[in-house]
Amino acid sequence: MAGVPIADGLFTWPSDEPRLIGGSCGRCGALSFPRRAGCPRCGASGPVEHLIGARGTLWTWTSQGFAPKEPFNGAIGEGGLGVPWYVGLVEIPGEIRVEALLTGVSEEDLRIGMPLRLVVVPWRTDDEGREVVTFAFAPDPDGQRSSETEEVGARA
Amino acid sequence: MPDVAIIGVGLHPFGRYPGKPALTMGAEAARLALADAGVAWTDVDFAVGGSYEVDQPDAVVAEIGLTGLPFTNVYNGCATAGSALALAKQQIELGEHRIGLVLGLDKHEGGAFTADPTSYAAPEWYGEMGLFLTTKFFGMKINRYMHDHGITQQTLARVAAKAYANGAINPQAFRRKALSEEEILASRMLNFPLTHYMFCTPDEGAAAVVVCDAAIAHRYTDTPVYLRSVATRTRRYGAFEVHGTSAAIEHVPAPTVDAAKAAYEAAGIGPEEVQIAQLQDTDAGNEVMHMAEVGLCADGEQNDLIAAGATTITGRIPVNTDGGLIANGEPVGASGLRQVHELVTQMRGRAGDRQMPTVPRVGVAQLYGAPGVAAVSILTR
Ligand SMILES: [Zn+2]
Repeated sequence: MAGVPIADGLFTWPSDEPRLIGGSCGRCGALSFPRRAGCPRCGASGPVEHLIGARGTLWTWTSQGFAPKEPFNGAIGEGGLGVPWYVGLVEIPGEIRVEALLTGVSEEDLRIGMPLRLVVVPWRTDDEGREVVTFAFAPDPDGQRSSETEEVGARA
Repeated sequence: MPDVAIIGVGLHPFGRYPGKPALTMGAEAARLALADAGVAWTDVDFAVGGSYEVDQPDAVVAEIGLTGLPFTNVYNGCATAGSALALAKQQIELGEHRIGLVLGLDKHEGGAFTADPTSYAAPEWYGEMGLFLTTKFFGMKINRYMHDHGITQQTLARVAAKAYANGAINPQAFRRKALSEEEILASRMLNFPLTHYMFCTPDEGAAAVVVCDAAIAHRYTDTPVYLRSVATRTRRYGAFEVHGTSAAIEHVPAPTVDAAKAAYEAAGIGPEEVQIAQLQDTDAGNEVMHMAEVGLCADGEQNDLIAAGATTITGRIPVNTDGGLIANGEPVGASGLRQVHELVTQMRGRAGDRQMPTVPRVGVAQLYGAPGVAAVSILTR
């Protein structure tokens, strides 16, 4: 798939196995996503580029049941997002939790702890007719459930 | 160091007022608070104002009198009123001034708040992708909390139903129609597990309080309420917060937990002594989580407490007796002063149909908002 990334320096592209581009602090080792000018943990400047793992598990999720106001700039309907769409926080083991769109999921099969993998998906068509692409996480049939996410017995 | 007393409160009811400027509402709230305190505007030494939409709330002096007093404007997101109260309290404690007015006013459009993500340390793509939404964060936070602590969606519906029930008996509330748990659960799903009727809406309104050196409070009122402490905090590394593109795996508590701890310590009062709470119920899930974050219960106890009616007006620890944000909406700059208005009204035994059976002695007010700021105040009579 071709396409123009929604932002520079966000994920490796084009690539058969894209990765999110985070930052790693030279002083304390903390990871951040996206890479910022400073470390969110210790404040040191200049975290270096760190490619974040492409596989993880779902830490939490929600549905998006209405179109956000601007600056939202995505395509809804035909060929675009169906309402509701889904958003989650994905835990990349041993690294970081990343907020992302979830694709290829429905409310029925979303489970906290389910394995997910990074994908790059079409987002919108820009003013020059080019396809803009962005990152999302999709179910990972080869992945493993997180072991720490046994559900508490829900009481009525 | 002087203690600080609240001697007057005023509220311009929250709601929708087409064509009425926020400052006009602010002026009305200020006059009500001054009249309640029996203080002339010319006797007020200083003022603090807070607003999201109005750059300079001090412009209200054009309506209530150009006395030349020092008037400081503060803005701190949803915690604006907490910061305004903290500043007023400090000025009195420093002995700089003896009588002050704290004012909050705002006028928003309906629907979820939006802004430029880069103003909240979030990148542009985060907004373009539709992720720059507080409601989405609240859906994600409560969904994980329900998973970890067994909180049910029925509990969320009960919280919202209580808010509308309290609003129905509060003549100043915005939403005055009681709604059943079934109606709340059946309303449109906005951000799972939160339905339309579980959310508050941005709206319009103003609130004001008159504070003074407690040593002179008796000149103005027989029923002073003491502002024992105010603490504000921002998020720490490891907290899962609104407008965060990522979160660390190492976990620390939310800023409300830190602010509450500091406020209880400064007041010398523990959470077990609290008899009434005003919590930031931007949605029903937030009220549930904030109950635990301010120490009113342990994580997971909310199902049983709420099912037993513990947080209703006649319960053991009433929460949001005036209907909270869900029934009043949120004019950001004024919202926290509405909380104080309600605590003071209950502590004076003047809450009418919604008065708690036993007039409370200790109350807590809590604010939380983007991008991870919190304020907690402790009041006693
Ligand atoms: Zn660092």
